[in-house]
Amino acid sequence: MTARIQVTPNPKRGDVIEIRIAIQHPMETGFRLDDGGRAIPKNVVNKLVCRYNNVEIFRAEMGSGIAANPFLDFFTVAEASGELVFDWVDDQGQTGSERVALTVTG
Amino acid sequence: MLKNIYRRGFLAQLLAVCAWPFAPARGADVGSESVEAMVRKVTGGAKVETGRVKLELPVLADNGNSVSLKVNVDSPMTPANYVKSIHIYAARNPRPNVANFYLGPRAGRAQLSTRVRLGGSQRVLALVALSDGTFWSATADVVVTLSACYDAT
Repeated sequence: MTARIQVTPNPKRGDVIEIRIAIQHPMETGFRLDDGGRAIPKNVVNKLVCRYNNVEIFRAEMGSGIAANPFLDFFTVAEASGELVFDWVDDQGQTGSERVALTVTG
Repeated sequence: MLKNIYRRGFLAQLLAVCAWPFAPARGADVGSESVEAMVRKVTGGAKVETGRVKLELPVLADNGNSVSLKVNVDSPMTPANYVKSIHIYAARNPRPNVANFYLGPRAGRAQLSTRVRLGGSQRVLALVALSDGTFWSATADVVVTLSACYDAT
């Protein structure tokens, strides 16, 4: 599972920065049928955690009510240079992980 | 006589076959739990006040499969006073609890955007838990032209 992540570039210490993440995932609801009329099992990214230098700053529990290719836009305060780590898992147990380096000046 | 009965049976079968694709293919976890009960589970029975929360959704959504949603909470987001969690409910969705988001004082700004699915025109509810133990909510009405969830394709 791949994801696209955008973080406000070159923040100063204390700045509020915007984090946008879009994960490539069908977010299958479990209500759809395939060509043979069989129900396609529910499979959604049910959990996403964002850690900033190993401290959890954001967590999302999602259901089938989130659109395909889930998109999230949230904020955090730039405190120190380091790394943002995103981890997510879907109903089938498939996990995804992405990291973004962050350089904070000032 | 015999011919008549056969025709009746045939028509009944034809009707059944035609209706079959419209039978809802519901997931096993779709319960009858109301939004009120879900809210009570989060608040523990505490009073939910209106205000301080802004829920932004389009008034008219052409396609319920992807509707942009934005929640904004009036909170200083300091270690003493911050937003703990944001819960989104859409009562007409087969699974009304759309998502739960957990924030903390390090969020800096109590704002969040995402894209949701809506199974019909309805009033969407955002419930916010603050660190001081109070609960706040906001609603937004959305008219959905094409619903998500039931397009058994």
